[in-house]
Amino acid sequence: MDLKEKLISSFLAFENNVDLDHPVHEVRSEAIKNFEIKGFPSKKEEAWKYTSLNSLQKVDFSIFPKEESTLEYKDVKKYFLHEIDTYKIVFVDGVYSSYLSETTHDGVDVCLMSSAFSKPMFRQVIEVYFNKVASKDESLTTLNTAFCKEGAYIYIPKNKMPKKPIQILHLATGNEAALMLQPRNLVVVEDNAEVQIIERHQSLTENEVFTNSVTEIYAGKDAIVDYYKVQNDAPTASLVDNTYISQKDNSVVRVHTFSFGGKLIRNNLNFYQNGERIDSTLKGVTILGDKQHVDHHTLVHHRQPNCESHQDYKGIFGDSSTGVFNGKIIVDKIAQKTDAFQQNNNILLSDRATINSKPQLEIFADDVKCSHGCTIGQLDEDALFYLRSRGIPKKEATALLMYAFANNVLASVRIPELKARINKIIANKLGVRVGFDL
Amino acid sequence: MLEIKNLHASVEDKEILKGIDLKVNAGEVHAIMGPNGSGKSTLASVIAGKEEFEVEEGNIMLEGEDLEDLAPEERAHKGIFLSFQYPVEIPGVSVTNFIKTAINESRKARGLEEMPANEMLKKIREKSELLEIDRKFLSRSLNEGFSGGEKKRNEIFQMAMMEPKLAILDETDSGLDIDALRIVANGVNKLRNKDNAIIVITHYQRLLDYIVPDYVHVLYNGKIVKSGTKELALELEEKGYDWIKQEATV
Repeated sequence: MDLKEKLISSFLAFENNVDLDHPVHEVRSEAIKNFEIKGFPSKKEEAWKYTSLNSLQKVDFSIFPKEESTLEYKDVKKYFLHEIDTYKIVFVDGVYSSYLSETTHDGVDVCLMSSAFSKPMFRQVIEVYFNKVASKDESLTTLNTAFCKEGAYIYIPKNKMPKKPIQILHLATGNEAALMLQPRNLVVVEDNAEVQIIERHQSLTENEVFTNSVTEIYAGKDAIVDYYKVQNDAPTASLVDNTYISQKDNSVVRVHTFSFGGKLIRNNLNFYQNGERIDSTLKGVTILGDKQHVDHHTLVHHRQPNCESHQDYKGIFGDSSTGVFNGKIIVDKIAQKTDAFQQNNNILLSDRATINSKPQLEIFADDVKCSHGCTIGQLDEDALFYLRSRGIPKKEATALLMYAFANNVLASVRIPELKARINKIIANKLGVRVGFDL
Repeated sequence: MLEIKNLHASVEDKEILKGIDLKVNAGEVHAIMGPNGSGKSTLASVIAGKEEFEVEEGNIMLEGEDLEDLAPEERAHKGIFLSFQYPVEIPGVSVTNFIKTAINESRKARGLEEMPANEMLKKIREKSELLEIDRKFLSRSLNEGFSGGEKKRNEIFQMAMMEPKLAILDETDSGLDIDALRIVANGVNKLRNKDNAIIVITHYQRLLDYIVPDYVHVLYNGKIVKSGTKELALELEEKGYDWIKQEATV
């Protein structure tokens, strides 16, 4: 039985464990029908030309974890940004861990999707926002919708800001030989509210994990959302991250994606600008080695006038790793005075590494500023010589240059401890100590 | 200090240096002048060990040691410093962190401990004053958004910090206004002593009003075609390079 069949037949079992009378269940039933028709995307589809899910579909994944696992905080502490106080929503093998989490209902709601689905007090928010911006057509998103049950639920009312950043951590223990996870997150940030979120997926063993995650983010007028995705997973962990963002007037949403590890990562990051004077920022640093594969598919849909978008993705590819960047910008006819910027720069460290980079601009308005640039190259030999002539050995000099190359993506990270942590991961990744904290 | 014998160097099979002989003793300042494309910057890069240049013949000795097989960083550890005509921008790495790394890497290579933080700080303060560099400048990213003058001043600041035996200043005067030129030249002059040597590479005589050389060499078409004292620089300033070219072809 391949994975598609297994998922479809599992849906019946899944229905035994959810409230069939809840309005969400109708959404699930619609979604599984769509997935049944479409199935997993294949390489024949333009959007999946460079990323194959074939080998994942041959793995016999458990769809539901058999038992609840317990983990000690000290064993997983390093995966948290523990240097600062944060709210924490933690899942172990897809199951909420109250022991590792710290949620709140104090002015803001930082809790669980399962609660939001079941408790009447959240019903209105679910009705207004759930599955509204997420695609009802894209097959992996609908697959997630069909099985949606658990994930992070974050609701920030008007003019509020949580006291501290929020961490969402998905841990996989390896209790199953192969486990498929489908977390579903909903983040609603009302007018003039603000939030900072860090999300991470971490497999603790060499057992195979496949995560198909969907996150919906709604930013109200004047809202500010900073979302950081830290992807530094085990070499047997694969992730398809589908993130959908809807923004209203004057809102600012910045998503930073740090992709350093994992077997296969596909990021589908979609921004929809439903208002004026919106700022959307998409930044990424990708550093890969071995046979790792990371695919960034971004979409910024400018639907209203006077908005901006900034995309800046840097990639460093070693060994036989492969990268994909596909940046789509749509500017609707009414979206005059749009300022859309897109940049993708790549360094190939090995003859076997590959990057496929493609800007995709569909502009229907005539008074817009759209620029895009893409570079693929090796390290600048003159720069390397400059550093070496100062006595810095080749390896360290190379690392410094790569660090400098990725640096401006880090400049906009607003949590200093996170920036320090990312710097440390980069230094480790590059395998150097340069005498100061990068 | 430095002895270059019959140096031939090429890049991509094109011979650029065609038999250079040069001897620089400790305590001396040598100026190398010449028209564009004569090989001045190549000579500087070859001494510092840039790998894209192939040394075909001859050798470069520093204090009796042949540099041939040494990487650029190893030459730096032995006390060679090159002030670049076009210093490279390194975003995200501050001037201070960069110089600390450079100094400690050199110390490590010489088997020394890292320089204690307070000593480093004191030295940075002292040398930055020498070049009239203010504190804010030191926390900026290396060369990023620096003006031409700031870049060159920063190069000489690095030289002051690293205290090389042999410093090669490649077109340090280019892009400098007169005030910046004076500051940079002053800094260099204060760093001159009986134990180090300086090679000043320049197209114009202007810098040599401030950094007065003991010897002047004219490089043309990959060879030193004329050597003399500082008066030669004045003569070049007055007459240009044409007479040298004619003499060389005769």
